[in-house]
Amino acid sequence: MVRVICAGFGGQGVLTAGLVLAEVAMNYGKKVTWVPSYGSEMRGGTASCRLRIRDTEILNPFFEEADLLIAMNQNSLDTLQGQVVQDGVIVSNSTMVNVSGLRSGVRVVETPATAVAAELKNPRGANLVMLGAAVAAIGLFPAEAFADGIDAYFAGKGHGNPLNRACFLRGAATAGRG
Amino acid sequence: MPYKLMKGNHALAEAAIRSGLALFGGYPITPQSEILEYLSDHLPAAGGVFVQAESELAGINMVYGAAAAGFRAMTSSSGPGFSLLQEGISYIASAELPAVIVDVQRYGSGLGDIFQAQGDYWMATRGGGHGDYRTIVFAPASVQESVDMMPLAFDKAEQYRNPCLILSDASIAQMMEPVLLPEKIACNPDHDWAVRGKRGQAFKRVTSTMYYIADFDAYIKKKYDTIQENEQRWEAVQVEDADVVLVAYGISSRICKEAVALARAKGFRLGLLRPITLWPFPEKGFAAVNPDVSAYLSVELCALPKLADDVRLATGMNVPVSHFLGGAHTPSSRAVVEAAAALLNQ
Repeated sequence: MVRVICAGFGGQGVLTAGLVLAEVAMNYGKKVTWVPSYGSEMRGGTASCRLRIRDTEILNPFFEEADLLIAMNQNSLDTLQGQVVQDGVIVSNSTMVNVSGLRSGVRVVETPATAVAAELKNPRGANLVMLGAAVAAIGLFPAEAFADGIDAYFAGKGHGNPLNRACFLRGAATAGRG
Repeated sequence: MPYKLMKGNHALAEAAIRSGLALFGGYPITPQSEILEYLSDHLPAAGGVFVQAESELAGINMVYGAAAAGFRAMTSSSGPGFSLLQEGISYIASAELPAVIVDVQRYGSGLGDIFQAQGDYWMATRGGGHGDYRTIVFAPASVQESVDMMPLAFDKAEQYRNPCLILSDASIAQMMEPVLLPEKIACNPDHDWAVRGKRGQAFKRVTSTMYYIADFDAYIKKKYDTIQENEQRWEAVQVEDADVVLVAYGISSRICKEAVALARAKGFRLGLLRPITLWPFPEKGFAAVNPDVSAYLSVELCALPKLADDVRLATGMNVPVSHFLGGAHTPSSRAVVEAAAALLNQ
């Protein structure tokens, strides 16, 4: 079972990154819940979504402790890192986030998502760079197969873009396991 | 059939279309506005009529009109908008017409706020409007149940010619889960009670039936007694040997299911009785509970306990009934286990 928090500024695509993860997980036959941040915190602050991915029925969509935090901005890391379990994973957008002084006992994967997306001429794909690093870091799904799921997701929305796959795979490459 | 990842509101709206929805009349309010948004886009293409009414009052009365003509009709609202629907729901019940009303509960009285809550319980289960009527109230606990309850609600509304309520909340409405959608069905509005034009048609009653029925008191009592006898639905989770039984519906029941698993892993015999219909309240479900159960704990996302009253009535107050309230905050399953364990130690 994996509990994931995906967080950043509104506009960084954190809800979409979570949606892509949810949809690909579903197509792998997993049970999944996707809960958006909701209420006043959406207005001007951090946006986030929280997912559970599991092989069997998901009882409670809410959780207090996460196995994986995808932090796209500093505020997300600072406010949510305390919810990550011991030996959990934090994927940090090193273009914008400073992880010095972070608590011990978590595995930190740094990926310069905003810079990589700009370099690949797909600036809105920073969320997918982060997702690539996260998927590779937790090893839940093979990266190439997941990239196919990304292509299918955006094609299904009528926004097919090969640069999305490129962003995801670059992110995955920055976070090889071990 | 492939699963589709859908938001609760969208799934519920799509299920309504597939259940033969012919008219939606309603007014937007968070957290149910995606129902209107979705239906405004998809219902006309499916051959139905979508009207964004000038108010909730207009919306529910459009539903009354469409129902009188035999069509499957629905409205949805939340918070103060749900209050405004009550007069119309009473009229539809009085006219003995079928309709489906969705209340996506939000927190607080007055304007309140937009996050999840379960504070409309009394309003939903006690009638809400004036006079002697009840609505059958379905309480989905997942996006899939938001789908599955829609055709059921229309079927039961027509079977008993009575409005049915689907009592969702902001969290189920806004979250996404994989769902299987039903096939679209075609509905024939030519019911023998429906007003289908003057020519060759017998007289039809589409206003208060009390004006036309001899011994109306006994008639209407029998109707609601029949529903109460036949339409109780519930899910029981490990209640047979439970020392404490949680009672919770909707999103709270999801937290409680996890609480049962947590407690059982520690050797604490916790159970859950989840009402699926809130009216009729599933009194029959309590028959399976361990006769030596120590206590019931009603878990509700309210500032004031409400469901707990029905637990007391259903159990004859033979066992202590306590409540654990979420208020504006969603409790953790761990906190629910602690509250239940505290009852055992009393």
